[in-house]
Amino acid sequence: MKVTLFIPCFIDQCYPNVGISVVKILEKLGHTVDYPTEQTCCGQPAFNSGAWDQARATARQALKVFHDAEVIVSPSGSCGAMMKVFYPDLFKDTPEHKEACVLANKTWEFSSFLVNKLGVTDLGASFPGKATFHDGCHGLRELKVQREPRELLKHVRGLELVEMKSNETCCGFGGAFAVKFPMISTAMGEGKCASVTETGADYLISLDSSCLMHIQGMFDKQGKQMKSLHLAEVLAHNL
Amino acid sequence: MSSTASAFKESATQYCHDLDHRQRINKALAGYEVKRDENKSRFQDWEEARQVAAEIKYEVINHLDQYLEQFTRNLEARGVKVHWACDAKEARDIITGIARDNRVHHIIKSKSMTTEEIHLNDHLEKNGFEVLESDLGEFILQLRNEPPYHLVFPSMHLTRFQISDTFVEKLGSERVTEPEDLTMIARRIMRQKFCTADMGISGVNFGVAETGMISITENEGNARLTTSLPRIHVALMGIEKMVRSMDDLAIFLPMLATAGAGQALTCYNTLYGAAKLPGEPDGPEQFHVVLLDNGRTGVLADAEQRDSLSCIRCGACLNVCPIFRNVGGHSYATVYGGPIGSVITPHLRGLQDWKHLSSASSLCGACTQACPVKIDLAHHLLQNRRNAVQEKPPFFEGLLWSGFSFVMQRPAMYRLGAKVGGVLQPLHDYVKGSVLDPARGWTDTRETPQIAKQTFTEWWKAREKGNRE
Repeated sequence: MKVTLFIPCFIDQCYPNVGISVVKILEKLGHTVDYPTEQTCCGQPAFNSGAWDQARATARQALKVFHDAEVIVSPSGSCGAMMKVFYPDLFKDTPEHKEACVLANKTWEFSSFLVNKLGVTDLGASFPGKATFHDGCHGLRELKVQREPRELLKHVRGLELVEMKSNETCCGFGGAFAVKFPMISTAMGEGKCASVTETGADYLISLDSSCLMHIQGMFDKQGKQMKSLHLAEVLAHNL
Repeated sequence: MSSTASAFKESATQYCHDLDHRQRINKALAGYEVKRDENKSRFQDWEEARQVAAEIKYEVINHLDQYLEQFTRNLEARGVKVHWACDAKEARDIITGIARDNRVHHIIKSKSMTTEEIHLNDHLEKNGFEVLESDLGEFILQLRNEPPYHLVFPSMHLTRFQISDTFVEKLGSERVTEPEDLTMIARRIMRQKFCTADMGISGVNFGVAETGMISITENEGNARLTTSLPRIHVALMGIEKMVRSMDDLAIFLPMLATAGAGQALTCYNTLYGAAKLPGEPDGPEQFHVVLLDNGRTGVLADAEQRDSLSCIRCGACLNVCPIFRNVGGHSYATVYGGPIGSVITPHLRGLQDWKHLSSASSLCGACTQACPVKIDLAHHLLQNRRNAVQEKPPFFEGLLWSGFSFVMQRPAMYRLGAKVGGVLQPLHDYVKGSVLDPARGWTDTRETPQIAKQTFTEWWKAREKGNRE
């Protein structure tokens, strides 16, 4: 299958290893990977701030770039949800609505693509260590992806996965919210960090680098040891 | 920033740093979660029940005029006086008028958020009537002169020691701190007031169209006394509180109890359809139902957010909301707090003054998932943000997003910009955390990620080039 990647802008800029891991995994499974380099941002920051006109203008770039893609895979529950759930809302009552729906229907979050589309749960990966998993809210509630990453992690040799307390509670990132209301975002982040620490895990794994950026940022600021990794990085560890 | 927004930020900041508050609320709500889940599992299928409840409310809200007429007809047939109030003032005037016409002196109330919405107590007191709250939580708040902290648990933010202090200070009671002893103090006072009150005011949990009855749900028995001992009973009801039939109550009563308080069923569920009828030995002489619009028809006209009228005021969305848990109920400065309050307050009290509540959310969606009638709360917050921008485009933020979209439509410019950002990032270290730091909202409590030396796109292009050669 020819898989077209959508790599969220901040993963492109700050966490390239996540994208590289996704490429390695998909190629190992025998698929052809394409990455249109004209892609930019999904438009979510503007969308969440209420600037839907500007969000639409940004999203049009994605409609154009991914027009001919057969399937689009993105290693992010949040940006994935933007395209899969919110593009149809964003383009409602516009001439591009149908195109937005087509794009939404062929977009997959990475772990869901592996498990539900490809039927793969064991990638032969090994990763020694104790880890806990953070559900990003968009992946969990907009895309209903919860079982899939756990299924994949269960098959990673050497990995001990422990669930944290209140694992469905938001970490407090929320995009611009984190900067507009830093006191609330930080209070929520403190709760999340405490839940992560309580597990005694050495690694924090998630589908969303954005949540990890926030949680890791807090651990680092407090000078606490924690290593956060995207699921794809764990699965591609020994590839 | 509006004054309401800056007051919210100030209060939220204070509460977010109050670790005692955080711990207390989280502990209380953790207990609620256990009970809620226990009782959810008593439903044959909770998700199916939510769907059914949402569909019933969809039907009712989309034919609200018909159900309200049927409801009113049935009430009036039994001699109940039904009043229609367009706004808070009209409702206040109607209720004060009833009190005045009947030479009422003492009024007793059971818990009602709708009376909070119209600021009824203040108005009645200003007009010379004595008003006493008979719900224990509301009674405590009345003594403290505080608004409810939560839709269902109005004084959940207080410890028993604080309540004890309040009783000592305001009632001159002995210092006791056991909940049972505190309750007995309140009970002694209330029992006397129940006997002397000549008017009882209640809210309404559901209005049953088919039978023309109101349903009131409570745990303390105070609402039964409020509605049956005084010679006049006035019930204030938001027009959206309708259900079709008694069969509907069969799902809504256990659902309200489970979602709202983690109970299988609330202790007392009572239906009222008339004042004392001929031949009946007791009951009030008059029964008035005041139907309140106060912005609700505006919500009804908004097809996108009409479902927020389905709300049964259970408070489940507040209980699961991480924002509510951290900023506390009083920070909202609205009658209806939490996610449902953030959604409807802009409709009821003005979008520009209350839009900040819709922005103060990480959009985690826990509220949508918890709502027993499936109100699309998290998405409504997004719509409020959009509506606020459309109605009154913010100049600087608009400029920012226009710049953002301009760049994002030009991949080469975006990549160049990111490259420049990467080069400049080390300079950020010099101002990090200082007043000059443009990213202080982030860096005060979080480290910043580093822009990679080689981005994914660069890696990809290099690899493609390698493959070609």
